[in-house]
Amino acid sequence: MVYETVIGLEVHAQLLTNTKIFCSCSAKFGQTENSQVCPICLGMPGVLPVLNKKVVEFSIKTGLALNCKIQPVMHFDRKNYFYPDLPKGYQISQFDFPLAKAGVIELRSGKKIGITRVHMEEDAGKLVHPEALENAEFSLVDLNRAGVPLMEIVSEPDMRSPAEAKEYLELLRNTLRYIEVCDGNMEEGSFRCDANVSIREYGSTVLGTKVELKNMNSFRNVELALEYEIERQKKVLSEGGRINQETRLWNVDKCITISMRSKEESHDYRYFPEPDLVPFTPAMDWIKEISMTLPELPLIREKRFVSQYNIPLNDAQTFINEKELADYFEECVKLCNQPRVVSNWILNELLAKLKEKNISIKECPIKPVNFKEMIELMDKGVISGKIAKTVFGEMFQSSSSSASAIVERMGLTQIVNTDEIGAIVDSVIAQQAEVVTSYKNGKEKALGFLVGEVMKISKGKANPKIVNELLLKKLKGI
Amino acid sequence: MSVDKEVIKKIARLANLYYKEDELDTSARELNQILTYVEKLSKLDTGGINPTFQVSPIENIYRDDIVGKSLDLEHVMSNAPEKEGKFFTVPKIID
Repeated sequence: MVYETVIGLEVHAQLLTNTKIFCSCSAKFGQTENSQVCPICLGMPGVLPVLNKKVVEFSIKTGLALNCKIQPVMHFDRKNYFYPDLPKGYQISQFDFPLAKAGVIELRSGKKIGITRVHMEEDAGKLVHPEALENAEFSLVDLNRAGVPLMEIVSEPDMRSPAEAKEYLELLRNTLRYIEVCDGNMEEGSFRCDANVSIREYGSTVLGTKVELKNMNSFRNVELALEYEIERQKKVLSEGGRINQETRLWNVDKCITISMRSKEESHDYRYFPEPDLVPFTPAMDWIKEISMTLPELPLIREKRFVSQYNIPLNDAQTFINEKELADYFEECVKLCNQPRVVSNWILNELLAKLKEKNISIKECPIKPVNFKEMIELMDKGVISGKIAKTVFGEMFQSSSSSASAIVERMGLTQIVNTDEIGAIVDSVIAQQAEVVTSYKNGKEKALGFLVGEVMKISKGKANPKIVNELLLKKLKGI
Repeated sequence: MSVDKEVIKKIARLANLYYKEDELDTSARELNQILTYVEKLSKLDTGGINPTFQVSPIENIYRDDIVGKSLDLEHVMSNAPEKEGKFFTVPKIID
């Protein structure tokens, strides 16, 4: 039987606010345990949550960026369950009246993936199981994260392959980063993804039984987990079995999905309206104001990079995947107007250097204005492409130095004096009599070796064009 | 709609409540009385009436995103039955 895969994704994105969603505790990550808690986020009786306006602003911004309809009225609800990381015994979330509905993300193929809804909710605390206490009869609870604002973004089951799911996720993450509402860090958990996946006979319009996948903390793992799970489901069905509706965890070490022990009523959350929070009706003016702050979105920027700068799609993708890198590229191009040259230098030299030093483009020591000067020096013939690499490396080491200062300090100016180069050429011809003979006997490749020798003696400073010309001329005369 | 002992048991479990056998009978009877009353209300025509989530007419109460003071650890832990350093402790949770 030919099967079709159906995938829907649920993303939880942590919002980049200063404070928590319902109280004024700091939402900063990585602080001393239980140092950012108050009676509200500890779930003490008799306290009142008050909604952080920034959370609504960021969520509306997200809704607009994802082409959603911002709802005229929204409410919060209580989602009831017991777990030690949830002090109140319920999570304040949105159920019937979410903030935004009916959006869309367009993939590069032009295929549209529907966004069912975007809603706001609070995060739970963190449970710690310290390895040193492996035999301990208890777990530890840190509630700094309890009440940190989250956005849940639910897609329609519109994806038909793990690759489409991965692309959707990357575009979504890039969008959230571009509009500066979430840092999108999957490893640190500020961008988390659960997947619903099922398979059905190709051509069928009925959905198969879905399995929920959790615990995938990178794009690659999402793709791998989906691929594994689809194969598992195909195997079960082809052997005459049936799929259980269940939650399965991705095991990154074994590269398999494992059924999670779960009580049958675990999904019985008994939602009801949160009586401590009033309804919210975002004003049209406010929504309009927020829409004015939307920047150029990643996929639009990517297309523009290809058409305006005439660089390959792959290169454009690399740039837009990191907003700051795309910004850096554009800034350099604005200064020197040579997009392809800049692009190649960034992709071939700069990225490797950044990686080597383990720093981000934001901390890049080479300022665009110095980058531009280096390219100018190449254009003017002051330095060769080879020397430029040395200059580039020096600029990377000492951020304060300009390209011309480095060229001067290190004496890297290109030699264009024909007498000076001629003397080196003569000495090479004299030293490499054997190579010269084989060249004369028709082995044209030998010329490259001779050019290389001249460059070596000149420490890379001789103008390669002049070296070539002089060598040919002098060899002819022998 | 009516509820039996099994339904009461399930709701109790979800709410972390523990019932004795005879309490289950009492609860089922009382809840059924309440449900019968609610059923009467359900017969009223409420078409065109907006759901009442809140009884007060206020809406759009926000706070600004400004960090305030959190509690000192001493106060945070003062009501905790079990603690370990800066953490609350709970019976071991296995994921």
